[in-house]
Formats: sequence, structure tokens, C-alpha cells
Amino acid sequence: MCKHSKQASCFNMIRYISKPHPITGVTNAKLGTWCFLASEVMLFGGLFSAYVLLRTGAPAWPRGAEILNVPLATFNTLVLITSSVTMVMSWASLAMKEFANYRRYMGLTILLGLAFLVVKGFEYGHKFQHHHFPSTDTFYAVYFTLTGLHGLHVVGGVLLNTYFLFPGSALWKTEPEQFAGRIECAGLYWHFVDLVWIFLFPVLYLL
Amino acid sequence: MEHASHEEIKRHVKIYIAVFVALAALTVITVAVSYLHLPLGQAVLVALAIASLKASLVALFFMHLISEKQIIFSVLSLAFIFFVVLLALPVVSS
Repeated sequence: MCKHSKQASCFNMIRYISKPHPITGVTNAKLGTWCFLASEVMLFGGLFSAYVLLRTGAPAWPRGAEILNVPLATFNTLVLITSSVTMVMSWASLAMKEFANYRRYMGLTILLGLAFLVVKGFEYGHKFQHHHFPSTDTFYAVYFTLTGLHGLHVVGGVLLNTYFLFPGSALWKTEPEQFAGRIECAGLYWHFVDLVWIFLFPVLYLL
Repeated sequence: MEHASHEEIKRHVKIYIAVFVALAALTVITVAVSYLHLPLGQAVLVALAIASLKASLVALFFMHLISEKQIIFSVLSLAFIFFVVLLALPVVSS
């Protein structure tokens, strides 16, 4: 009897996977995703804080534009912004029950994420060719740490979205509402990655 | 965003496109301003103001914060407070 009621209460807690929880008003997955993103704010916040401290304490600091490729980074910014739009469109397609469009937009989001990584790879390659490494000076240490951590987040997002484009999308046939919820959460993560870049771009390249 | 109607989503899509145009335009503006070679203090202010505006657009519309429930804002407020403390710590301690 006791064991049975325990199971029932566990079920009550985890069953709000496609419907909003009556107390919070949002699905558990969405609340969990936002808590995760809040912890990500602290992760990047700590590094931004380190950047401010290192820059204000340094006797001299290079202007990003003088040593980094601004046109290439501007292009990459536009790529990431476009991928945010295609991501939100993939969710909107599911909300309108248009699965074929979902696949198109999700495929585009993945391709744009990969394009961002390729451009970033060219940038890194160019820096390595000229013997600029994280150990070269404080600026490059900050540049590689921040863009590297952000790049890892893009890799993670591309992997997650690829899962939801192929094997993960089987859920659409059995639990469409739950699947749309998953894509909304994947979208929250992807937009956050875009959001971080929105600050990284001017801070590292333009100032 | 739960249970939005077909028409509602179509209206959202129009907003997404408008936000995209605004984000692209703001990106071009922030790069253009950087070529003006403003004094560092002003350049930082302008760049961060534009970045904050872009981030707000992404968070409000793409991440649906504009129509989100109270609990999400509670989580984010807590993160924001700690973020400010984190940024303020080096200033206070130095």
C-alpha cells in the first residue's frame, strides 16, 4: 500500500511533461530548461567578469578590430541570428501541425549552426597559422576561452537538434504535444547560445 | 505558449520576421558605429546598449518571455541578482 502510494506521488510529479504543471503554470521541462539557462548565465557571467577585470587591470589592451576579422564575425553573427529565426520557425511549424516544414526549418537551423562552426574554424586556423594561441597573451587567452566555450555550446546545440531532426522526431507520431514541448526547450537553449554571441561579438571584436 | 491557435501562430511568425530584420539591422549599426572610432567609454556604452536591445528582442520574442509565466521570471530574477553580484565583486574588492 505504502509502496503503491509512493509510486503514485512520483507519477504525479513527473507527469506534467506535455501539460503545464498546475502550480507553476509551465511544463516541468520548460522550468528545468530555464533553471539550466540561469546556471549558464552564471557560467558565462563569471567569464565576462574575468574579462572586465583583466582588461581594466591591463596596462594596454588591443582593439579587437585591429587583430580579429570583423567582416567574418559580422557574417557569423548574421548566420547565428538567421538560425535563431529558423529554430523558432521549426517550433511554430509544429504548433501549426506542419511536420514537413518543421523538418525543413530544423535542417536549416543545423546547417546554419555548422556554417557558424566552419567560419569559426577558419578564424581559429588563421590565428594558429600566425602563431596566436591562448598562451600568446591575455587578450588571446580571453578570446579563445570565451569563443571556445561558446563554440562548444554551438556543437552541443547542433547535436541536440540533429537528434530531434532524425531519431527524436519519431515522438511526433505518438506524442505530438510532448514533442513540440521538447522543440520549444531545444529552441530556448539555441536562442540562449545566440544571445551569448550577441554580447561576445561587440565585446571581443568591436571594442 | 501552450495551446496557441493556428491564426495566433501565424501572427507570431510575422513578428519573428520583423524581429529578424531588426536584429540584422542592429548588427549592421553596431559594426558601423565601431568604424567611427568613438572614445572607449562611449564606444562601450553604445555597443552594450545595442547588444542589450538585441538580447531583449531575442529573449522577449524568440524565447517567448513576453508571454511567460511568473515562475520563469522568478528564476531569472534570482540569476540576474547573482549575475550583478558577480560583476560587482571585482569592483568592490579592488
